[in-house]
Amino acid sequence: MPTRAIATFLYGRRGYYLALLLVPPLLWLGTVYLGSLLALLMQSFYAIDEFTARIVPKLTLETYRQLVIHPANVDIILRTLGMAGAVTVTAAVIAFPVANYMARYASPRMKAFFYVGVMLPMWTSYLVKVYAWRLVLAKQGILSWFLDQLGLLPALDAALATPVIGGPSLASSYLGMFIVFVYMWLPFMILPLTAALERVPLSLLQASADLGARPGQTFRNVVLPLALPGLAAGSVFTFSLTLGDYIIPSVVGAPGYFIGMMVYQQQGTAGNLPLAAAFSVVPIILIAIYLSLAKRLGAFDAL
Amino acid sequence: MTPAIELAGVSRLFGAVRALDDVSLSIAPGEFFALLGPSGSGKTTCLRLIAGFDRPTHGKILLDGENVTAIPPFDRSVNTVFQDYALFPHMSVAENVAYGPKVRGVAEPERKRLALEVLELVRLAKLADRSPAQLSGGQKQRVALARALINKPKVLLLDEPLGALDLRLREEMQSELKAIQQQVGITFVYVTHDQGEALSMADRVAVFRDGRVEQLDSPRELYEHPRTAFVARFVGSANVVEGELAKRITGAARAFAIRAETIEVIVAGAPVPAGSLSCEGVLEDIHYHGATSRWHVRTDAGPILAAVRPEGAAPIATARGSRVRLAWSRESIVPLADA
Repeated sequence: MPTRAIATFLYGRRGYYLALLLVPPLLWLGTVYLGSLLALLMQSFYAIDEFTARIVPKLTLETYRQLVIHPANVDIILRTLGMAGAVTVTAAVIAFPVANYMARYASPRMKAFFYVGVMLPMWTSYLVKVYAWRLVLAKQGILSWFLDQLGLLPALDAALATPVIGGPSLASSYLGMFIVFVYMWLPFMILPLTAALERVPLSLLQASADLGARPGQTFRNVVLPLALPGLAAGSVFTFSLTLGDYIIPSVVGAPGYFIGMMVYQQQGTAGNLPLAAAFSVVPIILIAIYLSLAKRLGAFDAL
Repeated sequence: MTPAIELAGVSRLFGAVRALDDVSLSIAPGEFFALLGPSGSGKTTCLRLIAGFDRPTHGKILLDGENVTAIPPFDRSVNTVFQDYALFPHMSVAENVAYGPKVRGVAEPERKRLALEVLELVRLAKLADRSPAQLSGGQKQRVALARALINKPKVLLLDEPLGALDLRLREEMQSELKAIQQQVGITFVYVTHDQGEALSMADRVAVFRDGRVEQLDSPRELYEHPRTAFVARFVGSANVVEGELAKRITGAARAFAIRAETIEVIVAGAPVPAGSLSCEGVLEDIHYHGATSRWHVRTDAGPILAAVRPEGAAPIATARGSRVRLAWSRESIVPLADA
């Protein structure tokens, strides 16, 4: 039987066996993913002919110079970075109690319910959700109606009157955009965080209390450090997804540009591929910086 | 003298299950006290209640005369050595040991000094900077012990602390634990399902069965004078003789225990000295243990009796199915209250 012969052949030869397993994914990752990443990187070092709008395959740092000397571009980067940071921190704060409940307190049934509940929104089209949020956040939308019922409309008006984050309505303010971002990426924070908290044995928490630590001290000294890898994984998701997104900022929120929108526009209508490529490199660099900071803070020590 | 720990009518119900059923006991200061029982007998529940991880459904728990029933673990002067050690993986050995002083607000240099002092006691000072992942099972065990001792608790609770160690290490740690207990003079409450461990280390042993204390005595009393069939079997691995067989041997139906090492195996039909009790049966099998071997004999009345025979005793038939006679002195039987 040929399958038996193949199995016998492979059994004693780990090298062949591993090669057989790894070649397809490595081909995919290596050529399709890393290859296109390299192509992108190359593009960012090419020049563009001002008159013909043709790409000149000649290595130059001109595109990057433009990226950093134009205050508008720097604004876009800072705006995106600020939004990504705020979304990540908020998502972490909201996700922690949910993840903690799922990991430690929920009965198996309740846990399954929560898992489905957290993931269910991801089964719906992303565009549908974004447009739905635009209606929810609109001036006469569901949210303002609801806040009106609660008598909280003045609070909403005050929030919208705040410079920078405010605007004429939630649907056309950074505050509204922030709400949509947090909603969209929250599952990506909850799931890794739950996985990390599930791996913390109950006896560690009991040992901490046993040795005299109050709940707050146990949280700071034991739970948080051991949940850091999950928090880091989740925040890489929320951070990078916000950095790269171009649909939410173009559907909801104030008119200011975000990195993703710039990439979309530069490679499309503006036809400036090198600048689009340079903009796409920015999130990669930011994530790399973020990860090295997280590593230095010891986020992966407990792995 | 005020008892170090007192349980007064303590019950813990999980739904309809009585994990602990009206247990009252009192443990003296400085005592090495063992809670012995099979799994599910309530001994671990009892320990968790003393530690404060759980609260009794009924009853009171007093620690050094103070009612601590509703006091959370972090406010009790009790520390625990966990079965899985529960060392914090993200801290070094020294940081683990210094955790108690740290959360109580002791400054860094002072708690470092305290930690090294306690690590010295368990002979691990040179591993202070290691991470728990780099330690062997026995070393983790000592770190867990040092971490629990650093707070100088009134009572130290040990939850099957040697369960995960291999036999040799276990015996070594037994004598070391006992030595440390005598050195620090702290009350030890030791949960185990291993009767050998309880007998060799403890001053007194509470034998648990189905959430109740079946017998509470010194190891010697438990071994020599078990009051019930359960204690006789669980603590002494003794033969429990009851019903028809008891009637045949002693003439009365009252159950009694007879320890395997007091039974002599002789040739079938051989005479026995006056004042001896005996019965006959068929040899079922022999378990070889080195210095001794354990013979299982199916008596004519049905039940199997075990006899321990030293190696080098007078040779007799060892083939399965051989008829043999079992004999023992009348004084060595222990009448039982139940069964």
